[in-house]
Amino acid sequence: MSAEQTNPKPKLKLAVYWGSACGGCCVSVLDTHEKLLDIVAAADPVFWPIALDIKYKDVEAMPDQSIDLTLFNGAVRNSENKHIAELLRKKTKILVAYGSCAYMGGIPGLANFSGKSEVFERAYVETESTKNPERIFPVTEYPVKEGTLKLPEFFNDVLPLNKVVDVDYYIPGCPPQSERLIEVFTAIVSGAQLPPPGSVVGANDKTNCDECKRTKSENKTIDRFYRPWEIQDDKETCFLEQGVICMGPATRGGCGVRCVEGNSPCRGCYGPPPGASDPGAKMMSAIGTMINADKPEEIDEIIETIVDPAGLFYRFSLPGSILGRKVQ
Amino acid sequence: MRTITIDPITRLEGHGKIDIFLNQDGEVENAYFQVPELRGFEKFCEGRPVEELPSIVTKICGVCPGCHHMASGKAVDAVFGVEPTATAKKIRELFYMAHFVHSHIAHFYALAAPDFVVGPTADPAERNILGVIAKVGLEIGTEVIKQRRIAQEIQALIGGHQTHVVMNIPGGVKKGITPEQRDDIVKKAEGFVEFSKFSIQLFKDVVLGNKDYVDLILNGPYSLVLHSMGLVDNNNLVNFYDGKVRVVDTKGNELYKYSAGEYIDYVEERVEPWSYLKFPYLKKIGWKGFIDGQDSSVYQATPLSRLNAADGMATPIAQKEYEFMYETLGGKPVHATLAMHWARLVELIYSAEHCLELAKDPDIIGKDLRTPLEKIVGEGVGVVEAQRGTLTHHYWTDDKGMVKKVNLIVGTTNNNAAICMSIKKAAQGLIKKGVEVNEGTLNMIEMAFRAYDPCFSCATHSLPGQMRMILNVRDEEGNILQSTKRE
Amino acid sequence: MDFRPKIVAFLCNWCAYTGADLAGTSRLHYAPNIRIIRIMCSGRIEPTFILKAFQQGADGVLVCGCHPGDCHYQEGNYKCLRRFKLLQKFTQQMGIEKDRLRLEWISASEGKQFAELVNDMTKTLLSMGPSKVKSSLEVEHLNV
Repeated sequence: MSAEQTNPKPKLKLAVYWGSACGGCCVSVLDTHEKLLDIVAAADPVFWPIALDIKYKDVEAMPDQSIDLTLFNGAVRNSENKHIAELLRKKTKILVAYGSCAYMGGIPGLANFSGKSEVFERAYVETESTKNPERIFPVTEYPVKEGTLKLPEFFNDVLPLNKVVDVDYYIPGCPPQSERLIEVFTAIVSGAQLPPPGSVVGANDKTNCDECKRTKSENKTIDRFYRPWEIQDDKETCFLEQGVICMGPATRGGCGVRCVEGNSPCRGCYGPPPGASDPGAKMMSAIGTMINADKPEEIDEIIETIVDPAGLFYRFSLPGSILGRKVQ
Repeated sequence: MRTITIDPITRLEGHGKIDIFLNQDGEVENAYFQVPELRGFEKFCEGRPVEELPSIVTKICGVCPGCHHMASGKAVDAVFGVEPTATAKKIRELFYMAHFVHSHIAHFYALAAPDFVVGPTADPAERNILGVIAKVGLEIGTEVIKQRRIAQEIQALIGGHQTHVVMNIPGGVKKGITPEQRDDIVKKAEGFVEFSKFSIQLFKDVVLGNKDYVDLILNGPYSLVLHSMGLVDNNNLVNFYDGKVRVVDTKGNELYKYSAGEYIDYVEERVEPWSYLKFPYLKKIGWKGFIDGQDSSVYQATPLSRLNAADGMATPIAQKEYEFMYETLGGKPVHATLAMHWARLVELIYSAEHCLELAKDPDIIGKDLRTPLEKIVGEGVGVVEAQRGTLTHHYWTDDKGMVKKVNLIVGTTNNNAAICMSIKKAAQGLIKKGVEVNEGTLNMIEMAFRAYDPCFSCATHSLPGQMRMILNVRDEEGNILQSTKRE
Repeated sequence: MDFRPKIVAFLCNWCAYTGADLAGTSRLHYAPNIRIIRIMCSGRIEPTFILKAFQQGADGVLVCGCHPGDCHYQEGNYKCLRRFKLLQKFTQQMGIEKDRLRLEWISASEGKQFAELVNDMTKTLLSMGPSKVKSSLEVEHLNV
């Protein structure tokens, strides 16, 4: 009998949790399809609200560091997200910020263009189908006849995971491509030497342009930018060369450039390439350089055609960017 | 008052918690379903170019992103005052049917099947997908994974990205389908039809063949008598992608039928201070409280509601199953909450058949993908049926197409009030003075909630499906009087 | 309140920095609120530098390079101008007032103009008050 058969390797304890999330990252775990059976053979999910009936109380009762690997997806939007992030940090050996939201704030991070009161005002008062003349807002504690009902506190800022707890690794993507997850998981299970803590894993070291199949030339000067519907995409030439902004040059590779294969310009969900902590700043630098004009008025005219720089260059990374949020 | 808190709610998409308050006699005084999350899409979409919204709003939900992409695509078309080309419309709908196939398969096998195939009060260790497979065979489990994967592959092929799709552009779609791809999709869609027929047969054998289950569906403490909402085509048949919104009352008579742009005259939303999620209700009746019955303004938008609100299904096999379902359950409309699972299977067949129809349509390989854009109207509404309810996206833009305002009414949101009432009713029906609260009780409270199931039931694949739960009954001081655990 | 604006300035080695030096050797008085960082060319300036300056508490950021046509490296200042204008559109979208981020061309002989520029910018910032970039961030207030 081999050593493995007499001493079977203990299964990894795996947790998957969502903060302010959409569920897509949990779906990406399932989209390993048949390989999920291999994952479950090597790991025991011990906390996964979408799938298992383990409650917060059960996690609190677990010994510290008893969970081997936690994939935390979703941003930190409210006090519950923060509390569970801290709880899971205590109970986990390797904590991974899984997906764009946990990594840099993701799409929910766009809320950092406003603050809590503006979001509440729009959601609960202004929306055209809402009838709320008494201006009732959700509150953290509300007494009803029978007792008190509690809700978590909605923070003013969306935060990436690393602003509330120490993060061991980042797996980027919206969601991370399932093949990348399998690679990372296999590496952990096999006991291979892991990269230094704080590394981005499950992605490669180049930008998306490296894997993109569209044709590129040396000529990258732009006379004006176009919104995707303003041109007839020839489906072959680099988007930037056609005047459509594509975040490929400032985005880490590893996703298989799927959006561009679908004839849609990259929007940067895999985050910045190595060496750049702020994806938007790098992109602005690159785009700025491409503008084909020297006179201030001509430059202004071209910049007019870039309609939403902040929302485009920081689509997935506003909370994790240098400024972090719009000034209030 | 003693409180039972379930936090978080599990085996669904999203965050939620339940507080059940018991009076001195140990009976349920009230139960509250709270949604503790909010992200603010209706605010942070402001200032974005409107053509970016279809790719932003997919992130509302990672399980039904295709639904948001479609509703958004339609709203954006309307902002530009155009309809998509015939080919583009069919490509969108083909994608959408594959999206429904994948989602309804996952839901039925992971969520419904354990409760019915294994049994609602069966041993929790078996009441999961593994127990289902044990009863029906490993072949089927593998087939479920495979069919779901195939549907995802079609979504990725047409939609660009398999989850957060990117295919829509104002006036059409960005990518066409080649004849080779079409041939491949036809074969796959034929497989969907076969598998969906098999699934509903499984349901009939295991559930309908069992008197206790039929009794549970018809007489369990879950039914709410509410109005039903769903999209219907020109013949009043169920359609997920397009049509008019039809609302029928508790007796099945048509109350309203309106086009997407008129939704604002028919649906209104209420805010409660104990939930971040709003409560839609029928505007013309006005808010009457958390009550059911003909006078209530609360409505449901679920697979069952869609079938109630329509006169039939647009494809032949689905139509037969539609008729059979209503015959078995005693006529239209049906209010038994658990019948949602059955309705979902009828929809699965329709999705598969319609997917095949569209794949065979000669227009599907057409090259005319985009209607030219000439103007910006500045306002648009897009309505589709999401798997879990009628979905509405409403956008306003300036004259450059930059978003000024967004209003959304999302599928599950429609059912917020109904879910609250379902939970309260189930709790009241199941927790009674003198009766010990046990594991079966816990599961059956979950079932009330689960029938609406927002999106997800991840136990599609073999996870240790033990539904562990701890139920603590506390007195006014918070001391635990009784603790029941299910491992 | 004793508000003393902090200006971070990026000056190119060949023109602007020399011009600032001239202001100094000419013993011109000007506001001490400026902290100068010398770079070889204004074309070296990346948005990252400017954003970091704001993030770390600068109330204003000043960029100076050679006049158009005079760049020591031919085109660096044109690149700077293009990037700067895009960055300005961005910072305004982020709620940073236009006058906090400024670009001026200063030649090696324009010591007097440099001094006036610094005084003018300091005066403007005094009337605007401190930058709220740092104080807007809630994470500063959450005890993490």
